[in-house]
Amino acid sequence: MILENLELFEVFVRSKRGLDHKHVGSLHAEDHEQALEYARDVYTRRSEGVSLWVVKSRDICASQEDDSDCFFDPSDDKPYRHATYYPLPKEVGNM
Amino acid sequence: MAEYKLTEEEQEAAFQQRIDDEQKIEPKDWMPEAYRKNLIRQISQHAHSEVIGEQPEGNWITRSPSLRRKAVLLAKVQDEAGHGLYLYSAAESLGISRAEMIEALQTGKAKYASIFNYPSQTWGDVGAIGWLVDGAAIVNQVSLQRTSYGPYSRAMIKICKEESFHQRQGYQIMIELAKGTPAQKQMAQDSLNRFYWPALMMFGPHDSESAHSAKSMKWKIKRETNDDLRQKFIDQTVPQIEFLGLEHPDKAIKWNEERGHYDSGELNWDEFYKVINGNGHCNRQRIQHHIKAHEEGAWVRDAQLAYNAKQKAKKAADAA
Amino acid sequence: MSDKSLNNDIITYATRLGDDAVVLGHRVSEWVSYGPFLEEDIALGNVALDLIGRARMFYTYAAELEDKGRTEDDFAFMRTEREYQNHLINELPRGNFANTIIRQLMVDVFNQHYLEQLRHSKDETLAAIAEKGIKETRYHLRRSRHWTLRLGDGTEESHQKIQQALEDVWGFTHELFEQDELELRLAEQGIAVKAADLKDQWLKDVTAILEEATLKLPQEEWAVRGGREGYHTEYLGQMLAMMQSVHRAYPGCQW
Repeated sequence: MILENLELFEVFVRSKRGLDHKHVGSLHAEDHEQALEYARDVYTRRSEGVSLWVVKSRDICASQEDDSDCFFDPSDDKPYRHATYYPLPKEVGNM
Repeated sequence: MAEYKLTEEEQEAAFQQRIDDEQKIEPKDWMPEAYRKNLIRQISQHAHSEVIGEQPEGNWITRSPSLRRKAVLLAKVQDEAGHGLYLYSAAESLGISRAEMIEALQTGKAKYASIFNYPSQTWGDVGAIGWLVDGAAIVNQVSLQRTSYGPYSRAMIKICKEESFHQRQGYQIMIELAKGTPAQKQMAQDSLNRFYWPALMMFGPHDSESAHSAKSMKWKIKRETNDDLRQKFIDQTVPQIEFLGLEHPDKAIKWNEERGHYDSGELNWDEFYKVINGNGHCNRQRIQHHIKAHEEGAWVRDAQLAYNAKQKAKKAADAA
Repeated sequence: MSDKSLNNDIITYATRLGDDAVVLGHRVSEWVSYGPFLEEDIALGNVALDLIGRARMFYTYAAELEDKGRTEDDFAFMRTEREYQNHLINELPRGNFANTIIRQLMVDVFNQHYLEQLRHSKDETLAAIAEKGIKETRYHLRRSRHWTLRLGDGTEESHQKIQQALEDVWGFTHELFEQDELELRLAEQGIAVKAADLKDQWLKDVTAILEEATLKLPQEEWAVRGGREGYHTEYLGQMLAMMQSVHRAYPGCQW
């Protein structure tokens, strides 16, 4: 019988200054510090990053598929939040 | 407001609709149990292949004939381990742990690509494996970038990006050998002869014989059939062999103007199944190697677990 | 001292540093596919790659100074064990994970101080290689320090294993700080590092880490030396036989 030994972490990489950290995958490690080191070894072998975040997978609170109707559908009928809702006269050009 | 629950059929229909609309399925989405199982089987098999694939090439890291080759091969084999890890991660999002997958591998319940049961006997094999085995894998993986399961698709995209150097480094080894001394050229031909057919078999049995194909296509886990992918590989390999000035191992290879593809000789499926079923040179060795490393690492994993517990206790005591 | 003999001294010195790096890099590379878990397997590969890269730079520089058309590969693959001049600690077998970690700790602490000095070498190329190497070594040390703590203060088994590994490697650390005439000559001129000066700081750092890891500093008096003179353990010959086999079986080939 093989036991699961290590904690699961999610890894986020900032690929260059000015950009957001982006989720790239996960890995197993004993604690945050080791997770950071392994994130460096596993996910930045080709200079993919300038900054790393690691988060315990179980600490992530995710929205549920069952909630998606009430979470996300209501914004579908609010086109006035998008710039394309407001056509401008040609004479004005871009705004 | 009354809770409205979809029936299983309605959920399945919505799921299939999403797939037909080329939307990705994500971990928290409802999915048929068979879809989940099928994915776990395929992704974990893929992950195991990457990890077991470390062995035949790792066999040559300590003997690489130049320092540059040593560094390249080391980086390449290390990538395979990394790709195994990406894939285990993707599979874990389906609710299976890496430990369970490793156990399935070590007890023979899960499979890995049978190509790795062939021995790497010469330095030429390192070239042939990179060129042909990674080449065949890439044809398959490029297609899988469009697979319906999001985490698998994203892992494939990352893997394809990284693997583009793998096939090239292998082909470059073959170029050096083919234009080298007669002994080197002979080494290249020998490796090509031994790895060409097993590489073709990596695409799996003919579509008519494949147990998982139809469902996988409908769910867009697989995007192209075994035979179509194999044909693609056969076609792309012909000019590569010609460029090396080596003999094509398939004597029946012939351009078919009408089909726009090469016709090729039939594969020796008996041999294929023989190797899958445990008669390859390295079947036992590969699994035993994996078990040995895993068992020898047990005390290390235990140690860090114990250390971690002690640190936590210490922190708690300090806080109190 | 003539330019020519100074040049020869630097060639030998660079070759020695290359030997240290290639031999240790080779040993670490033996872990590939044998790591205790996948993440560590990958991390060890990175360490090996750093060291092999470092060896290539030292050898290439030696070949360049020598100017006889030899390459890095001639240095790595065409010299015998008697010609290799690495410190013995690098050639010891990879052993179990504790052996690897404790050797790495000894060498990483040493290299951290050594490369820090070599960065200021009057020889610009050596200084540049050290500049790159020090960054890698800082990371290696971070790893070997953490692992020493985990294994030392982990389970009883891991504690005992790493304490044993420490006892077994200790006698090989002394020669890191001992130098022959050639290196002392170069040190006088601000080219080589004066290793003896590093010993106090090294011992202080190592002691602190070992203490934190609940490990005991070895008390037994023993020391094995001779690497810089080509006087090696039997392990190196075996290692080179493996490493050089293909290269030597096909003389003069391109790969």
